[in-house]
Amino acid sequence: MTALLELIMGDPQADRVVPPTGITAKLTIFVSAVMAMLAVIALALSLSTGRVADRWADELSQAATLRLPADPESASAHLLKALEILETTPGVASARALSSEEQQELLAPWFGDDLLLDTMPIPQLIEIVADDAPYDPEGLRARLAAEIPGAVLDEHDSWREPLLAAAKRVRFIGWAVILLIGASVAAMITLAAQASLSANAQVIRVLRLVGARDVYIARAFVQRYTLRSGLGAIAGVVLGLIVLQVLPDSGGFFSEIGFVGFGWVWPLIIPLLAAVVGFFATRSAAFARLKEQT
Amino acid sequence: MIELDNVSYGHNGSALFSQLNLKLAPGSFQFLTGPSGAGKTTLLRLCYADLRAQRGKVRVFGQDISTLDRDGVAMSRRRIGVVHQDCQFLDHLSVAENIALPLTVAGRISEAAANLKELLSWVGLAKQSGRFPPELSGGERQRAALARAVIMSPDVIIADEPTGNVDWEMSQRLLALLVELNRMGKTVLIATHDLTMIRSLKSDVDARVLRLKDGQLTVAGAVL
Ligand SMILES: Nc1ncnc2c1ncn2[C@@H]1O[C@H](COP(=O)(O)OP(=O)(O)OP(=O)(O)O)[C@@H](O)[C@H]1O
Ligand SMILES: [Mg+2]
Repeated sequence: MTALLELIMGDPQADRVVPPTGITAKLTIFVSAVMAMLAVIALALSLSTGRVADRWADELSQAATLRLPADPESASAHLLKALEILETTPGVASARALSSEEQQELLAPWFGDDLLLDTMPIPQLIEIVADDAPYDPEGLRARLAAEIPGAVLDEHDSWREPLLAAAKRVRFIGWAVILLIGASVAAMITLAAQASLSANAQVIRVLRLVGARDVYIARAFVQRYTLRSGLGAIAGVVLGLIVLQVLPDSGGFFSEIGFVGFGWVWPLIIPLLAAVVGFFATRSAAFARLKEQT
Repeated sequence: MIELDNVSYGHNGSALFSQLNLKLAPGSFQFLTGPSGAGKTTLLRLCYADLRAQRGKVRVFGQDISTLDRDGVAMSRRRIGVVHQDCQFLDHLSVAENIALPLTVAGRISEAAANLKELLSWVGLAKQSGRFPPELSGGERQRAALARAVIMSPDVIIADEPTGNVDWEMSQRLLALLVELNRMGKTVLIATHDLTMIRSLKSDVDARVLRLKDGQLTVAGAVL
């Protein structure tokens, strides 16, 4: 830990003893900025997808549909019975029978507007909204089965599950992309640090000969690359947030993309993470190189 | 101070010398002579752990170098001032910064200010202190290298051809500096093939002259 602190802080002189490197520095900052920008966009997509999917799934999970058998003889008796059962079931917030106009609207896409519902048996639908402490679906099913044979309770699982699975996958891909971006930054910094260590082989030799410890020499390089990757990432995050701002605001999913609440922590710590990656990548490159020197 | 015990070394597999013994007693003054290519520089590099003995032991300040870790090597190098045959400067730093470099890397740069001025005039480089090493003459480089070697006030001073590029007067002055340091108690080891220089110094200092030839290290007696 003290070695770590010594490595970051140290005296500013350590930076002077290694000559400045022009083009590597600029390229490092540039790549770090681009990577941070991509990370911000990937993060925003991933977090927004998660948020939207959660909300949809929540709404669906609160709602269920009860379908009564299409039997004109007993239809009204069944409806009364069903509503009675639902009203006495703990965890059901509301239960409402769809009117025949509503049912006709649901069927219109398939059969057209001129279908006369009265002329044919159509199952009656009841919309159920659950309480926050939801009812027990198995218990409800058992009661319904006893009283109204043929009634079907549909919890919308068939809609909810693929939606949740898709959202999960999008989120996973988002995080995988962010990890890959992090790994690319590490690889890029390692390459840049190695190039600059090679270019300064003679400088390192002289420093060793006059009694410099490895941490002292490594620090000169580590300070630079930590700073560069961090500063580049700050620029990249700002750019990424600007890009998110100029996304088409056409309502729907696009206007959902962005950060809310605690989500804002992520773009703010990206520069920090970039700096940490830069720190460790340079550090290990430097110590590996120094071991080859006397 | 520094002790070579049955040391063998050769570059790229060819043996340069074997079973070499050398002992630098504290406060001693020794010359290392021998023909070009005999291995003087190689022997000196063994002394400050720039090369590792292939057989035998090198002890520095009582410690076996092969048992030191990298920080340990750095620490013992701070107690040995070295004038390298090829000087070894950092070309992007000024002469003054190069001379102060051992203090800088040791985190003792604050001590430099006091010593540096005196040291610069001592080696006659006061005017050149702001210049960069590539702008110096060969002799100026060697004087700067000597200044850098002594700035840490090391216990041992090792100089590899410190007078190779300077005129007679300047070489006498540099040697006088080394003699003065030796009188202050520093151990001095100088590699040179300039025998007239050694002779000129004979009266000033009680120096031992070692001769390295064909892989053998012998003490040269009166036959200078
Ligand atoms: N890094 C190296 N790799 C291979 N061979 C080397 C290396 N350094 C020195 N040698 C060889 O080892 C031998 C001794 O070299 P060294 O520099 O020690 O001689 P020296 O006595 O200092 O010579 P000079 O008086 O010219 O400085 C020479 O033959 C040289 O070619
Ligand atoms: Mg030599």
